[in-house]
Amino acid sequence: MSQVAEAPEKSGDVGAYEGLRIRSLTKEFASFTAVKSLDLDVPSGSFFALLGPSGCGKTTTLRMVAGLETPTSGSIELSGKDITWDKPYRRPVNTVFQNYALFPHLDIYENVAFGLRRRKSKEVDRSVREMLQLVELESQTRKRPPQLSGGQQQRVALARALINSPEVLLLDEPLGALDLKLRRSMQIEIKRIQTEVGLTFVHVTHDQEEAMTMADTIAVMNQGVIEQMGAPAELYDNPETTFVANFLGQSNLIEVEIRGPEGDFVVVDMQGTLASIPTQRTHVQPTVGEKAWVGIRPEKVLIAEVGASIDAPGNSIPGGVVSDVSFIGVSTQYLVRMPWGQEIQVFEQNTGRRRLFRQGEQVDISWHPEYAFLLDHHQDASAGVDKVDAPS
Amino acid sequence: MTASTAAAPIAPATPPEQPDRPPARKRKLTGYWLLLPGMLWLAVFFVIPFYSLVATSLYDRTGSVLQGYDMAWQFSNYWHTLDDYWRPLVRSLWYGGLATLICLALGYVLAYAIAFKSGRWKNLMLVLVIAPFFTSFLVRTLSWKLLLRDDGFIVNALQFVHLLGSDGRLLATPVAVIAGLVYNFLPFMVLPLFASIDKIDHRLIEAASDLYSRPIVGFFKVTWPLSLPGVVSGTLLTFIPAVGDYINAELLGSPKQRMIGNVIQSLFTDANDYPAAGALSMMLMLLILAMVLFYVRRAGTEELL
Repeated sequence: MSQVAEAPEKSGDVGAYEGLRIRSLTKEFASFTAVKSLDLDVPSGSFFALLGPSGCGKTTTLRMVAGLETPTSGSIELSGKDITWDKPYRRPVNTVFQNYALFPHLDIYENVAFGLRRRKSKEVDRSVREMLQLVELESQTRKRPPQLSGGQQQRVALARALINSPEVLLLDEPLGALDLKLRRSMQIEIKRIQTEVGLTFVHVTHDQEEAMTMADTIAVMNQGVIEQMGAPAELYDNPETTFVANFLGQSNLIEVEIRGPEGDFVVVDMQGTLASIPTQRTHVQPTVGEKAWVGIRPEKVLIAEVGASIDAPGNSIPGGVVSDVSFIGVSTQYLVRMPWGQEIQVFEQNTGRRRLFRQGEQVDISWHPEYAFLLDHHQDASAGVDKVDAPS
Repeated sequence: MTASTAAAPIAPATPPEQPDRPPARKRKLTGYWLLLPGMLWLAVFFVIPFYSLVATSLYDRTGSVLQGYDMAWQFSNYWHTLDDYWRPLVRSLWYGGLATLICLALGYVLAYAIAFKSGRWKNLMLVLVIAPFFTSFLVRTLSWKLLLRDDGFIVNALQFVHLLGSDGRLLATPVAVIAGLVYNFLPFMVLPLFASIDKIDHRLIEAASDLYSRPIVGFFKVTWPLSLPGVVSGTLLTFIPAVGDYINAELLGSPKQRMIGNVIQSLFTDANDYPAAGALSMMLMLLILAMVLFYVRRAGTEELL
């Protein structure tokens, strides 16, 4: 249908997509469907993250790309070549396994050399030394994996996969076993290595902060489907579903009634106050009289004393009462109970320009209209809230 | 860094109080008390008999059970018995070694299948492996005598496909003795192999596959080396008793298939030549000990453990 329209855009070899292309990939297990007709394009040279809670199908997707799991249907293409049914040992794809899966009977050197030796490479020694230098483990070559620390084992796993210069490097929760501090430094390290070697990385994680730190593009997965895909800032600022709004950071979702479109905005009645949402941030048909969710990030909500002017062009919403105050240091987190009973989260930077509000104080809240987003009321407002192992 | 330096001056001020703990000396003794029953058992039933065996092997062979033996430090007993009985000794090592290799081949496949492919039947299959132990060793070997008898279906079937001549037989051949040894010692091979293979992390095999190893290469580069502790203990548990076994040769073989165990047994019970039997027992023991040490060294398994 749309082929006619697309054809003029691509001149020359049509269809040879440089990168990983997944089409209607499905994986059914005996009792449930892990991945449902998934479509995905990962451009060559990008750092791509599949983000989702455990059991969302992200690891299954990764394992199908690696060839360790056979798809029920669909196709996987790499640089235009169909690899859907290729054996794992014939794919130009390597994996950094969760918990590393280093060979305990081989030393670090032989672990890293493993792939090259299988392919009868002539440059084993030079390549291994270069790779160990890249991950800063030159001094550990003759140790066995159990003698290394978690972070060092992690780097061996990375080197063992990277040395084969795969077209796509798959990382399955690579930092899951490390403590928070080490995780941070490894995130930066892996990102540095990716930039240095310029390979395509596909990274599976349930840690939204990790995905946002490292990836160029994030696909948020939930129950076997991709909810939304885009650059981290794009996903965070303009989520399309309640799941993305809650899973990636936190959101206040307020029930509203749609009054109808007005220019570039959609006007909604928010519990008695009129508010407008930019059309490109509206992810629901603006049918007059229908219910919807208005979403606003806690740090975008402004808080002020009753009657004071708020640095926002929209109406301020009166009648809030501070019900909880947590002083974090860099910011203060308030819970403000609104007249309709909902508690709104408000994060305020501690710029020192203003005093802290106390519990029980009356306040007004407001926000810039361009920060809010409008979501489908049929979606569960608490979807994605209960994150497993959420970083604090 | 800062935490430890800050904590250091405080530490001596508040010594840990452990009012309920017994004094260190008493706790140290617990280990020895736990060792005691086993040590006593070994002293009575191993050290003393072993001493008596060593002594017997050095007695004067001209004595007899009825008249008693004199301690003569007769090291020549060893040379003489070795001269007389080196054939059954070599035959024992040969039968035991071959039976061990066959057990390894059969047992590895079986243990691999149980560990990796049996799914929820794993426990049932393990029970089946040890099920033969519910019947006496002797009874089972006697049943093999029935299975392999001259007009039995196995012999008939082999004759039918011309693997065996029309007057060929299985009983009283090395084949029967080795088959009996393999059958009787297979569980001793399978159980340690299973324990080793079952412990292997599946992701290591996936990782090998991800790193360009075809299944057969992955097996020899990852699965086999990681199962070596099981291979070593399985072969030892099979080889050592198989070499010293005499029941299989007695029931399934003929005097031509006599193993060293049969010789020792008949020297003790029929010929009453205690010094010769003792010397032969000692030699078998020292020979196996030397072979085992050499084997364990070569296998290099201490690095794996």
